[in-house]
Amino acid sequence: MSNDTSPSAGPPQAGLDPRGGSAGVPAGRGEVMSHEWPLWEVFVRSKAGLDHKHCGSLHAADPKLAIQMARDVYTRRQEGVSIWVVRSDQIVASDPGDKAMYFDPAEDKVYRHPTFYELPKSLDHM
Amino acid sequence: MYTQAMDTMGKDEAAKTVRSAEEMQLQERFDARIDAGDFIEAKDWMPEHYRKTLVRQISQHAHSEIVGMLPEGNWISRAPTLKRKAILLAKVQDEGGHGLYLYAAAETLGTSRDQLFDALHSGKAKYSSIFNYPTLTWADMGTIGWLVDGAAIMNQVPICRCSYAPYARAMIRICREESFHQRQGFEALLTMMTHGTQAQKDMVQDAVNRWWWPSIMMFGPPDDQSPNSAQSMRWGIKRVSNDELRQRFIDATVAQAQLLGVTLPDPDLKWNEARQSHDFGAIDWSEFKRVLAGDGPCNRERLAARVKAWDDGAWVREAATTHANKQAMKEAA
Repeated sequence: MSNDTSPSAGPPQAGLDPRGGSAGVPAGRGEVMSHEWPLWEVFVRSKAGLDHKHCGSLHAADPKLAIQMARDVYTRRQEGVSIWVVRSDQIVASDPGDKAMYFDPAEDKVYRHPTFYELPKSLDHM
Repeated sequence: MYTQAMDTMGKDEAAKTVRSAEEMQLQERFDARIDAGDFIEAKDWMPEHYRKTLVRQISQHAHSEIVGMLPEGNWISRAPTLKRKAILLAKVQDEGGHGLYLYAAAETLGTSRDQLFDALHSGKAKYSSIFNYPTLTWADMGTIGWLVDGAAIMNQVPICRCSYAPYARAMIRICREESFHQRQGFEALLTMMTHGTQAQKDMVQDAVNRWWWPSIMMFGPPDDQSPNSAQSMRWGIKRVSNDELRQRFIDATVAQAQLLGVTLPDPDLKWNEARQSHDFGAIDWSEFKRVLAGDGPCNRERLAARVKAWDDGAWVREAATTHANKQAMKEAA
């Protein structure tokens, strides 16, 4: 769910993660609340032969617990045969503001697609 | 499900006029994307009011899933058979999972889990009025599955197309899992109505009588008293109006009640040939407002149970953190 907010809040991507750090967590109900467990992104391989795919995120204290919780939260109905977890603050992502600069230039390179080339009918399955 | 309180909030955050030319341009681009049916992702620019509306709606929804575990959790140890117990456990576990998907979606908007929990535990945040009613008999478990989860699904399916993509993705996952909730409920009731004693059949009818009105209140106030609906519709957060959803639910449920052999407790409920829909009696909105404001049959009990669970778990959270820190230090050494 939060795949797109995961990048580190380190200097190059500062401000990309809307959650920011946990420094601003307020004291609740008149007491000091403990710090949240770190956030992890969860990737699940649905069956042998397929890629691991991002399916969501969760909070966990350490890698072992993150895997166990991912199993309970994201694979209650045999949705997977393998799980990866990675600390959200370890993911580096492209900046959505750079989207046009990064991705649009490929738009006019139609010759990179097989359909660009017209071949004789008899060969069209090439 | 469960976001009915959205519509009763004041206009305290009515869209402010935009300030700079740059912001105006961003706003225009955002509106154009909404109009084009584009999805908005977490890091995209969005109006502050859109963000706040979503945090409020998604977190209310998450709170409802978590508090929703309580009325049914009460019956896990009293389920009549091992099969029913396993089913109920799975359902309650699902509700917990749904809460987690939704909290994660809300967190993408820049609010921390601790902040969200604090709002719930301090009583500041709302959750669905439906969970403030008591679950008195085993028939309530079936009726909650059939009516309450049925109403929730009716409400939630359109949110799978919500303009805010992390919310929409959470909803797709939830809807996929939730259809079992409604089916198991109906089946549990059908078993009692088909094979049960007269006392068990009466128990089912009694549960339906108690849950019917609260269930149709779940869709929130009527459209003409739902001041924020228009803005939410404009933004693609809400896709179908409260009254429309309520009508669809009622129309779908009448036939199911007949199949089950129960009556719905509304003498004015009847087919309207001209409208090709069912007419129904007046809803007691004063009850709805009372329950939502905190004065329902179980509001205090639910919140207290939730806060106790959180506080009782504090040592586990601390121990896990301490263990993780120790392991990390060992590795670093």
